[in-house]
Amino acid sequence: MTHLITTKLILYYRIVSFKVTAFLLRMAGSARETAQDRFHGFRQAGSGKIAPVVPQPESQFIHRFDNGLVLLGESMPWLDSVGLALAVPAGSAFDPEDRAGLASLTTEMVLRGAGSRDSRQFLEDLENLGIIWSEAVSRLHIVLTATMRASQLSEALPIFADVLLRPRLPREELEPARQGLIQEIRADRDLPEVKLRRELRRRCFPYPWNRPTQGEEETVAAIEWEDVRDFVDQHFRPDGSIIAVAGRFDWDETKALVERLFRDWTGVAPSPLPWRWERERVKHVPYDSQQTHIGVAYKSVPYDHPDYFLARASLGVLSGGTSARLFMEVREKRGLCYTVQATYHVIKNMAAVFCYSGTTAERAQETLDVLLGEISRLKEGVQSEELERVKVQIKSSLVFEQESSASRARSLIGDWVLLGRVRPVTELKQSIDALTVHAVNRFLAENPPDDFTIVTLGPHALEVPREVL
Amino acid sequence: MRFYSHILPNGLEVIAECSPSAFSTALGFFVRVGARDEPEDISGVSHFLEHMAFKGSGSRTADDINREFDEIGAVYNAMTSYDSTIYYAAVLPEYMEKAFELLACLIRPAIRPDDFELEKKVILEEIRMYLDQPPYGIDETCRRRFFKTHPLGQSVLGTVESISALTPEQMRMYYQQRYTARNIIVGTTGCVDFDKLVALAERYCGDLNSEENERIQLRPDPAFGTFRHHKPSATQQYVIQIAEAPPATSPERFAGRFLTAIVGSSTASRMYWEFLDPGRADSVSLTYESYEDAGIFVTFLSCAPEMLEENLERLRKLYNQLETEGVSAEELSRVKNKMAASLVLAAERPSSRLFAIGSERLTTGEYRSVEEELKIIDSITLDDVNRVAEKYPLSCNATEIIGPMPQGSS
Repeated sequence: MTHLITTKLILYYRIVSFKVTAFLLRMAGSARETAQDRFHGFRQAGSGKIAPVVPQPESQFIHRFDNGLVLLGESMPWLDSVGLALAVPAGSAFDPEDRAGLASLTTEMVLRGAGSRDSRQFLEDLENLGIIWSEAVSRLHIVLTATMRASQLSEALPIFADVLLRPRLPREELEPARQGLIQEIRADRDLPEVKLRRELRRRCFPYPWNRPTQGEEETVAAIEWEDVRDFVDQHFRPDGSIIAVAGRFDWDETKALVERLFRDWTGVAPSPLPWRWERERVKHVPYDSQQTHIGVAYKSVPYDHPDYFLARASLGVLSGGTSARLFMEVREKRGLCYTVQATYHVIKNMAAVFCYSGTTAERAQETLDVLLGEISRLKEGVQSEELERVKVQIKSSLVFEQESSASRARSLIGDWVLLGRVRPVTELKQSIDALTVHAVNRFLAENPPDDFTIVTLGPHALEVPREVL
Repeated sequence: MRFYSHILPNGLEVIAECSPSAFSTALGFFVRVGARDEPEDISGVSHFLEHMAFKGSGSRTADDINREFDEIGAVYNAMTSYDSTIYYAAVLPEYMEKAFELLACLIRPAIRPDDFELEKKVILEEIRMYLDQPPYGIDETCRRRFFKTHPLGQSVLGTVESISALTPEQMRMYYQQRYTARNIIVGTTGCVDFDKLVALAERYCGDLNSEENERIQLRPDPAFGTFRHHKPSATQQYVIQIAEAPPATSPERFAGRFLTAIVGSSTASRMYWEFLDPGRADSVSLTYESYEDAGIFVTFLSCAPEMLEENLERLRKLYNQLETEGVSAEELSRVKNKMAASLVLAAERPSSRLFAIGSERLTTGEYRSVEEELKIIDSITLDDVNRVAEKYPLSCNATEIIGPMPQGSS
């Protein structure tokens, strides 16, 4: 439903930028990229010597209802808006193997009318209320996110409650929804960078976490209406679902409203499918393009690991800004590419860093060599100035997040899913302040980037040096 | 939020929309220079120059600039379009002075020959990157055909040939002509101390060349018709249509925005029901771009090749119906609610307000507070919107199509 805004639109605006920004990245990613991956991927941010004004005091709320539904809240009284995020444990990791794409198709279907509203009424009511919203399918959850004026929360919640509790799943809408999804899958084939990231993910995470959330054309074609109905029946359950509210709102009133709307909801969602490795560490995908697209992945520590911030800081040194190593060495010193970056991807207890660059075919080998060289060089340690810059960046990003109720609501959900609790902003700030060169370098010496997965996409295969495998 | 403006003796204007309780400050240097100002033989120079801005000035090197921006945790970038180049940064308020100094440094680049040759490679990579992405450059060929000799038909990126042939001397001469004080507006939003800002502007921008440099303005004389291009390796079929729209200086521009929203933006629009809800396309939109002397409505559609002809017919019908029957009161009221809410919500972030006020000031010389914008939204009538729909027929357009379907023109 958010397909109106895609990378293609950037193109004909022809507003061409100095570098790819986090914002553009978000646009450039598939609309289906997970909110959760995205959240932890890039908190670009914050500060060394001067302490940034992380607003105080922060008041966070957590409530678990009897049926298992969790409500999270964070008060941001300086805003006039409120951000709402609802996550149900119905992500693509639950898709049956021969029905991959079921979570995505289910998302399309539950948004085609719920409760007393048909599809048109549903969309028009949200628009009339001036609610800005979007949906996303992650590996674990279907997530609905909305931003609105504070006074609108009590009107928005019942509409979204209908989507989770009383989706109409109109049978006659299955075909149009399926056609829309298949067209999206086809459109992504025309985007080499999206295709590359997909091929990389397929090889560096275990099944079923390695699959594209949209599924494949054949598996989407095989889905029947009963599959969607059963999926909703099994996965749209309170135990495992999370609702997060951030911004200007009254906790007690919100809690009472959520209780009233969701108290008759019962049941526990099933667990994801068991893991299975389909490891293929080096792969070239032939593609008719001017550029060769290069993806290198290495394993990292998950978000709930005690060393997470050390890993996060190392990633910042590698790719946290324009003074970071990848941008400097690959683009600034050698002019090999326009885009080069590394992003953090996490699933429940496994994480990886994806490095990407796109470059003219003739210069692709040099780009791969420099990229691998820089990643490997990390184990030799980082300099204190590099770490200071990363700390400033992360800390300012924490402040910027305080200006957006929706992104804060998504963060609350991300924390809950990956940590089982909510990490207060002050704690985040303290963890960043506490980072030392010594600790980061010890971490890198003990956990040097290795176990690489390397995928290239373009007219010619590249040579992958044996020693990195 | 309070608005302030100050013009330096050399003609550079400094504006600020201050919200003292904001957590951040957004700063932008809005320069009246873009693809439309380029002589043909140096096509792409504005965008290349924007890249060179980050390569240093005076004693600062490219490494210094990258490092210093990162040291203050700035979210920063620059972008070039047909009529403007914008350099911007969002920072914590205590870093405003440093951010200003760095942005002011960007707009007087040294253009050193070594940096120039290295960055040329980056630009060429950027051109190739876009060539690999649909709709594969037909957006620019469509513009060129629609605008004919009008400068708004010129390419932002330039071509491999024009960029390869460009010299540092040509770029310096272009810089001297275009980056004059009168062509620059410094915009700020969020937590801003305006007196301090003016002092910074005097210190870092007071000596900028104050020459007057008029931009060529023309009434467009558009060309229409359909062209098809064959790209066998593509999966989907891509359609771009450009039609005339009110210019940025016209009172009709507000109605133009409403028309766009009702027909083709986001959910619950006419295009949504016609193409996305039934699964007939993977992407579709109508957008409105306005410049001092011209405006365009741009239609974009991407779909499976076998759906192309049917979709083109549906698009034609949708536009014909709009021109003859107009939009409904209900559609207008819904879009009003939505636009008002979006405006208020976006205003919470200084960085999103920055582009709204800076670009408006640069193009029209106007400033409107959020309250004034809300009043305008409220005042638009059904007649206003329907008059624009009739006066600027979307069905009368230049169309370019690319994809696996065979070539030909009609």
